[in-house]
Amino acid sequence: MTIWQFILWSVLKVAVVMTVFLTAVAYTVLLERKLLGHLQNRWGPTRVGPFGLLQPLVDGAKCFLKEDIIPTGVYRPLYLLAPVIALGCALTLFAVVPFGEPDVGPFGLVKPGEMHLFQIADVNIGVLVVLGLTSMGVYGVALAGWSSNNKYALLGSLRTTAQLISYELALGLSVVGVVMRAGTLNLRVIVEHQATRGFLTWNIFGGLQLLAFCIYVTAAFAETNRSPFDLPEAESELTSGYHTEYSSMKFALFFMSEYGNMINVGCVATLLFLGGWTSPFGDLIPPPQNIFIHALFPIFWFVLKVFCFLFLYIWVRGTLPRFRYDQFMYLGWRWLIPLAMLNIVVTSFWLSFR
Amino acid sequence: MHIIMFFLFAGFCLAGAINLLIQSHPINSALSLIVVMTSLAVLYLMLGAEFLAAAQVIVYAGAIMVLFTFVVMLLNAGKEARTRGSHAAWVVGFPAVVVILAVLATVILTAQGLGTASVNNGITSAAEVGTVLFTELLLPFEVTSVLILIAILGAVALARPSDGERDTHEEGTAGK
Repeated sequence: MTIWQFILWSVLKVAVVMTVFLTAVAYTVLLERKLLGHLQNRWGPTRVGPFGLLQPLVDGAKCFLKEDIIPTGVYRPLYLLAPVIALGCALTLFAVVPFGEPDVGPFGLVKPGEMHLFQIADVNIGVLVVLGLTSMGVYGVALAGWSSNNKYALLGSLRTTAQLISYELALGLSVVGVVMRAGTLNLRVIVEHQATRGFLTWNIFGGLQLLAFCIYVTAAFAETNRSPFDLPEAESELTSGYHTEYSSMKFALFFMSEYGNMINVGCVATLLFLGGWTSPFGDLIPPPQNIFIHALFPIFWFVLKVFCFLFLYIWVRGTLPRFRYDQFMYLGWRWLIPLAMLNIVVTSFWLSFR
Repeated sequence: MHIIMFFLFAGFCLAGAINLLIQSHPINSALSLIVVMTSLAVLYLMLGAEFLAAAQVIVYAGAIMVLFTFVVMLLNAGKEARTRGSHAAWVVGFPAVVVILAVLATVILTAQGLGTASVNNGITSAAEVGTVLFTELLLPFEVTSVLILIAILGAVALARPSDGERDTHEEGTAGK
């Protein structure tokens, strides 16, 4: 495959994936509003379209048509750059996520030397790219609050930055157990290691990474600033924190980056712990002959698992109260990091005695 | 292709470094340093050191520079005042920089036994880095971890509240 074909197919993949991802982000907002509504014994949006399904389109149009206010004393270059960094990191992270069967290439089953159709970038250090982009996404938050020329925004962004860098450690350490079991940092190979016997070989069950999974989910809640760790955005305390001074489309970019990060973290969790695109029935169902069904079912399983994660996120938001700031710093540094290191030690002992 | 990418990212690196020196607001200098770090990561990637590139982004650009930015934001440092510079800097400084650069270049270009690294090398996987780090370079690795431990202990010792405040502080943080 020549370099021009490669570039063309890559651009096509990026366009399709970005469209689907941004639509998924918009509909995740609707999912959250409807689920929170049902959890609180009321309906969510129901007026716009059947079951409120056209609500995200109307919300998008509203954001475009709102007046774009830029306050006077802001530091303009960083004020305009911060939402770009936030959304850019959220979108770029999805490039290393394999969301379908790696056997399928652009022209049918892949031969050696051809590219996979269902992953934009098959890099050998996929796990590290995920962690690196999570680290770079902190800048969007930090620069937004500082450049807003607003004390509440500055306080909110400092709190958020401290929270994010504290839970990045727990996030990274909880992944080390999975990497040790698979022996590689490549996300596609990690999933293929979990494919041997259905859901018993998924890393959460057969791989004995249940503790790592719980630590990862907790750290992921904190990394995406979601309840119960959303004190930096608590409206009652900080008048909406680091995005106080942002209006219309720039605020929509921050919003999209938060939900995009939710989806990203769900995708990474399914890849590392729940077996990615592999079906829970494993070898009980023989692989189908038709190439379309062979390509379609793994995507269906992947989306189902990510949807379960999003459901978990929204369910926890509707259930648990918010942590106080010193409480969740205590949790991050004095509970999650030692537990993650304990998981690494126990996993390495287990692997060395097998 | 590799030559073009090398010159492009080396150019970004140098531009970021020079921008760091000439900017008057510290936040611009911090952001230029982030550009320098990420360009270095891309240069490492082009040499085939993929783990090192990712570690550079995660550790340097993603954690150390966040702390620099944190400090700039917390201390609210404004633009620094422009001075005219001293005469000695112009007379002695720039020739001294040229001399040091020439000495370094001569030493590096004529040294024996440094090994080779080229842009078209194969990719060094994380497994190879780990093997070398834990077998041949085990002593420097352990010494470095002791060094980092000393730094952490020093930071904790410096940041402890003094004896008078410690009792009330401990009662206040009893919540789990």
